[in-house]
Amino acid sequence: MYTVRLWSVRHARGLARFYSGFEGLLDRLHPLFRRIGYQRLERPVAAVERHVKGLLFDCKMCGRCVLSSTGMSCPMNCPKQLRNGPCGGVRANGTCEVKPEMRCVWVEAWRGAERIPGGLNAIQQLQPPVDRRLEGTSAWLRVVREKHGGQA
Amino acid sequence: MKFEDEPVPGYPLPILPGHTSPGRFERVLRAGAFAVTAELAPPDSADPEEVYKRARVFDGYVDAINATDGSGANCHMSSLAVCALLTRVGYAPVMQISCRDKNRIAIQGDILGGAAMGVCNVLCLTGDGVQAGDHPQAKPVFDLDSTSLLGIARGLREDHRFESGRKITFAPRVLLGAAENPNVSPVEHRAVRLAKKIAAGAQFVQTQYCYDIPLLRRFMTAVEDAGLLEQVFILIGVGPLRTAKAGEWMRTHVPGIHVPDSVIARMKGAQDQTREGLNLCIDLIQEVRTIKGVSGVHVMAYRQEESVAEVIDRSGILAGRVPWFPGRDTQTNEDRKPS
Repeated sequence: MYTVRLWSVRHARGLARFYSGFEGLLDRLHPLFRRIGYQRLERPVAAVERHVKGLLFDCKMCGRCVLSSTGMSCPMNCPKQLRNGPCGGVRANGTCEVKPEMRCVWVEAWRGAERIPGGLNAIQQLQPPVDRRLEGTSAWLRVVREKHGGQA
Repeated sequence: MKFEDEPVPGYPLPILPGHTSPGRFERVLRAGAFAVTAELAPPDSADPEEVYKRARVFDGYVDAINATDGSGANCHMSSLAVCALLTRVGYAPVMQISCRDKNRIAIQGDILGGAAMGVCNVLCLTGDGVQAGDHPQAKPVFDLDSTSLLGIARGLREDHRFESGRKITFAPRVLLGAAENPNVSPVEHRAVRLAKKIAAGAQFVQTQYCYDIPLLRRFMTAVEDAGLLEQVFILIGVGPLRTAKAGEWMRTHVPGIHVPDSVIARMKGAQDQTREGLNLCIDLIQEVRTIKGVSGVHVMAYRQEESVAEVIDRSGILAGRVPWFPGRDTQTNEDRKPS
C-alpha cells in the first residue's frame, strides 16, 4: 500500500534495526530450517514474506532483497525497476516520470538512507542485475542459506 | 586535429597505449581537446541516404555523432543500424543503448555487433518510459538498468565474458559512456549516482540539457569533491531553444528538462527568438567551457540540427581544429564553409 510504503521510509531507522535483528533470528534458525528442509519451507515462508513485505514496502518479491541498501524503499516499485539510483526523468516535485502521482522511489530511498546509520554508504553499493528466475521466491531464506554456504 | 596514423575511412585506428577503443573520439578526449558531440535523430525511414544527410550537416564541427535509441520512447531507425551506416564512411558514432526495449541477451548481442561494425563508443542509458512516446501500448523491458548495463559492457570488454560467464573470442573495444542529469531531484545526490556509474565502467558522461549554470557549477563542484574528475570525461548537454514558448513547453512536458525562468525571459525579450536561441546556446557553451572538469559539449539541437555548425563555429570552442569528416583530408581548408 502506497501510504504504508511512505510510512516505512519515514521509519526506516526503526525498521532497519528490526530487520537486522530479524535476520539474526533467522540466522539462528538455520539448523532448524535445514532439518525441515529449505525446499519444504520455501512456499509457506515466501507466502508470509509476500504478505508482510507487501504490506510494508509494496514488495514485488524479486527474490533478492536490497531494502537495507535503499533506505527501506523498494526499488522494484520504480516503473523502470532501477536498482542503482534514479533515472534522469524525476519531476521537479520529486515525483515519478512514468507515474506522476507517485513519489520517485529513489528520492524516497535517499530520505530513508539518511535515517539509517550507514545508509548513505550502503546506497552507494553497486547492485548487480536481478536474476529474474528468483522472482516469487523467499529472499529471507536465501540470505540464511547463502550465509551458510548453501545454494542461491 | 589530424592523426598521423589516420586510417582509410571505415577502418579502425590503432589503439594507443592506455586507450580502450580504436576510435577517434577517445583520441580527442585523451589528447585534452575540448570535444564536441552532436545528437543525430534517426529517421522514420529505411533509406540510408536520410542518415547520411543528417550526419553531413555536422561535417567538420563534431568529433562524434550520437545515434539515439528510440529517444522519447518513439520508434525510429535503430541506433545500431544508424551507427553501422555511419562507420561505413568513417564517422565516429556513439551508439546509444536504452534498457527500455531489449533484455540483456539482445543488448549484449548489439554491443558485439556494433563493435564488429566499427562502433567505438557506447552510451548506456536507462531510457524513457514507454508512456512518453508514440507506442504507449508497448511492453517496457527494463531487464537491466543503465548502471548494470555499464558493468556488463565492461565485462564484455575486460573479462571477455557475457554476463552469464560464457567466454567470447574477441572483445568489443568500446569506450563506455553514461548519462547524467544534474538538474533533477535528488540534486544533492546526483554526484553519488555518477560515482556509481563510474565504478560500474563509465569513461565518459554526456549530460541532459544544462540551461542553469549555477546549478551545473554546484554539480561539478560535488563531482570534483567526490574525486571523480580524473576518472571520467564530462560533456555538458546544450542546445538551442527555438522560441520561448518551445522552452516553456519543454520544461512542463518533458520530464528531466529544467529551463530557468531567466532563460525564458531572455528568449521572450528578443525580437528574433530563434536567433536569440542560438546566441543563448553559444553563451552557454562559452560559460560551460570555463567550468573545471568539463571536457566538451554535447549538442542536442532537435529539429535544428543545421544550426549546430554555426553554434560551434561562433562559440570558437574548436579553436581552429577541424574534426574529421569524410573527405576532410582530401580538401584544403579553404573549402570549408566561410564562417
